[in-house]
Amino acid sequence: MSSPAPAVLRCERVRRTFWLAEARHRVIALVDINLQIARGSLTALVGPDGAGKTTLLRLAAGLLQPDAGSIEVLGIDVVREPQSVQDRISYMPQRFGLYEDLSVQENLDLYADLHGIAREVRVPRYARLLEMTDLNKFTTRLAGQLSGGMKQKLGLACTLVRSPELLLLDEPTVGVDPLSRRELWQIIAQLVEEEHLSVIVSTAYLDEAERCAEVVLLRAGRILANGPPVSLRAQAAGRCYRVTPPPGVPARQLQTRLLDAHDLVLDAVPQSGEVWFMTRAEGAVAAAESGREHGRSKEADESNAASGAGAANAAGGTSNRLPLGGLTVHERAPRLEDAFMLLIDRDEGVSQASHLPALSRDRGNPPQAAALRGSREPHSHELSHGPSGDLNTARADPMNARSEEAPVIEVHDLVRRFGDFVAVANTTFSVRRGEVFGLLGPNGAGKTTTFRMLCGLLPATSGSLRVAGVDLRHARAEARARIGYVAQKFALYGNLSVRENLRFFAGAYGLSGEQSRERIDTVVEQFGLAAVVSGPSGLLAGGYRQRLAMAAALLHEPQILFLDEPTSGADPLARREFWRRITALAQAGTTVVITTHFMEEAEYCDRILIQDAGEVLALGTPQEVRSLGGQGDMDGAFIHIVEQARGGRAA
Amino acid sequence: MSDQASGAVRGFCQRLLALTRKETRQLLRDRSNLAIGLALPALLILLFGYGISLDVNHVSIAVVIEDASPGARDTIAGLRLSRYFTQQDVYSMRAAETLMEAHAVQAVLRVPGDFSGSLASGQGRLQLIVNGSDATTARIIEGYVQSALARGSGPINKPTLRAATSTALPSGTVRLEERLWFNEANTSTWYLVPGLIVLIMTLVGTFLTSMVVAREWERGTLEALFVTPVRPTEILLAKTIPYFVVGMIGFAMTIAAARLLFHVPMLGSAALLLFASVLYLLASLGMGLWISALTKNQFIASQTALLTSFMPALMLSGFLFDLNNVPVVVRFIGELLPATHFLELIKTLMLAGTIKSIVLTDCAILIGYAVLFIGLARLATRKRLA
Repeated sequence: MSSPAPAVLRCERVRRTFWLAEARHRVIALVDINLQIARGSLTALVGPDGAGKTTLLRLAAGLLQPDAGSIEVLGIDVVREPQSVQDRISYMPQRFGLYEDLSVQENLDLYADLHGIAREVRVPRYARLLEMTDLNKFTTRLAGQLSGGMKQKLGLACTLVRSPELLLLDEPTVGVDPLSRRELWQIIAQLVEEEHLSVIVSTAYLDEAERCAEVVLLRAGRILANGPPVSLRAQAAGRCYRVTPPPGVPARQLQTRLLDAHDLVLDAVPQSGEVWFMTRAEGAVAAAESGREHGRSKEADESNAASGAGAANAAGGTSNRLPLGGLTVHERAPRLEDAFMLLIDRDEGVSQASHLPALSRDRGNPPQAAALRGSREPHSHELSHGPSGDLNTARADPMNARSEEAPVIEVHDLVRRFGDFVAVANTTFSVRRGEVFGLLGPNGAGKTTTFRMLCGLLPATSGSLRVAGVDLRHARAEARARIGYVAQKFALYGNLSVRENLRFFAGAYGLSGEQSRERIDTVVEQFGLAAVVSGPSGLLAGGYRQRLAMAAALLHEPQILFLDEPTSGADPLARREFWRRITALAQAGTTVVITTHFMEEAEYCDRILIQDAGEVLALGTPQEVRSLGGQGDMDGAFIHIVEQARGGRAA
Repeated sequence: MSDQASGAVRGFCQRLLALTRKETRQLLRDRSNLAIGLALPALLILLFGYGISLDVNHVSIAVVIEDASPGARDTIAGLRLSRYFTQQDVYSMRAAETLMEAHAVQAVLRVPGDFSGSLASGQGRLQLIVNGSDATTARIIEGYVQSALARGSGPINKPTLRAATSTALPSGTVRLEERLWFNEANTSTWYLVPGLIVLIMTLVGTFLTSMVVAREWERGTLEALFVTPVRPTEILLAKTIPYFVVGMIGFAMTIAAARLLFHVPMLGSAALLLFASVLYLLASLGMGLWISALTKNQFIASQTALLTSFMPALMLSGFLFDLNNVPVVVRFIGELLPATHFLELIKTLMLAGTIKSIVLTDCAILIGYAVLFIGLARLATRKRLA
């Protein structure tokens, strides 16, 4: 054990499977994991859902035993001596089980006692943790009465009552707003610096992984890549670009266009009013640009360049030119997220499993997308006809034409009080048909309350509220028939099959007979559920569950779809797939109202509303909100706006 | 080395204290716990003490008087005086039958038209018809009628019973001196109270604790707790201590009610009674924690606890039905239950006295069960997620 630089975690050919009793088969969580993590570093575990991140952390914590292989933590064989490892490490599980019937102080005391912290050490430690977590004022409050972000911070504080030799954190920032998220990371960073903690953290946020010294990318139980963020990012070099959409065109429309050019574009996301995308081939844009500028003669060069880089098939019939419509493209520095998408896509090519690309590959799917294309020319035509005029016609997009119509949601001076507590104060806004409207705000800002009132689940204290042309104060049932609601938690019957669930909801919405069957078939196709339609829905993976929930909410063809934190805890792939569907729905005329903690997702929205302490802080397009925040990206703008408002209130 | 050992002991005590404090706080803050642990026992005591009684009181009886002579009236006068009967006079058998069919009366006593004549010749016969659908009650009513008539005037012939057996004993030849042992007053409260102690201890011991570990599994609180220096034994002990205290409070309440409200005698050793109760409570706690650790689900755990401990303790321990009168298989199952032995033990101690052979056997059996269940609970409590 006197090796010069002992690893905090060393895995050798670790394998772990789980027996799924309901499905009667064995699933693989981890296969042949070889990993060595050095002492004193901050390491991130990233990867899609089901990659094995949590299993790996639980194995390291001695909570699970591997089927094969050896695991050493701090030089101790954790399989043989789990207790001596557990005496030295601290672990914060994904759902940190705070004792909700104990107060903040009692929770801290419990963990301090269990770790045997001496009284004299405790006093300064508590003071520091409470200050860092900003829980000073709440020490006597029961943990169950804290907001989501505060609970996470208390969980972290309980985990950190002492300086462990190794700190394991399993998705510590899931469901936490950007402010609390930043604070949590400040705490971690501070401790790493001052106490030289070794930390292994799993996360769905790649910007968090970017702060770490090492990143381990897992997928389907295997390690795809392992190294410092710089070296991972370098893999995506030469493929990353940004482009600004023409004025009046939402970024997500250009993004959809780019993603539809599946053979050339690997990934595209709206970002700060631009679209950031990544090509399959290195240097593809340079070639495409020159191809465009110098006319058709250069096209051959482009396809050469593309195939030379060993990427997309540039075969005759399909397009090999980016659908950019003469917009100026700038190269940009790759982010970790680009590397993540690239590496997973490469792995995908090997395993042929379908994820995001399934949507764009299968062009007949979803119907909304077909409807969208029906309003213009078919996709491949669009490209071969030269992209120039294309985006300009988009200005006459149905959404813009609709702007004069009466709004589908009209909220005027909405107030909701719980006793003395004002959850929502004088809120006024309206949402147009086909708009994607985002509700953002820190934990406990009043989003959920607003949401529930809009869905008719909670009566307003005062103010007027019209949804889908119906006054919610008088005709709540009528309004409900016109809306679909996707709750944050999986609210379907786990022991019913997918089809049985859909049949039940169709019945609940008053559909029957032929109409019901037809709608069920439509949504099954639309959401790609055909393969799983007869299996029990409780066994579906996260992405499928959400698709099913959305399918159920859309059975009665509602005018408005409400989604409450649909992407909380989802990996970047699942989130992209989700937003593809939302974009398609909005194009087909469904109004979408959504809450999220991922600020970059606000970029998909037509307009967003930022709330805090029940008050409206900002309302406008992402661009307007960003400029109001005065900073580059949405995350910064959000934090700026909320902090400024809080500062003003405190003064 | 001894330093290390003392350090380990200090750590153990500190962690146990912290966990026990936490369990106690949780117990006190959860109203449903307090309701099941303290309010329900109090309710059961009152219910069993005052509400439920296996004594038969106020039997409504129709008396068909076909012979209105003074002799006949004297004979049935005892009935009228008895607090056990509510008498209703009718003048035809037909009317009596109607009342019987309508369940308005539970028995019919017929004084035939020739009663005074036959009484004079020493052949007096009365007819008693009892609703036999509840055999136990029917038999009790038979007994009541006999003794009530005996208290009435003069020589008595055993009535003819059409409902059950028909016997006619010659009067004056045999007089039955009945005497009940161990419960001289034949007050059912006396034997309900020992049963109540068993039920309350089972309720707190198994039913309440069956949910405490499962609750932590459901709420995900164990995962973080496991990755600390805490040992499984400490978790288990910390769960046992507060519920042990609640169980003993229930025991004290029942004993106090038994002595002060219902005046149940305490013929045997009180210390032994306490000792036996501690043993039974430990066995129950062990069983509850074992169920809880195995099921990891509050609903399944509570159902399992109800079906494997509370219901058998109620039905099969000899509390409601005498195990001597049930089929062999049921009796065998009954003998397997710790509750059966505990019930036998406390009944003996309270109503009969310290009978060595019974006390020793039952205590030994309870010790065995306590060790077994606590051992199983300890084996099932492991710091593993799967």
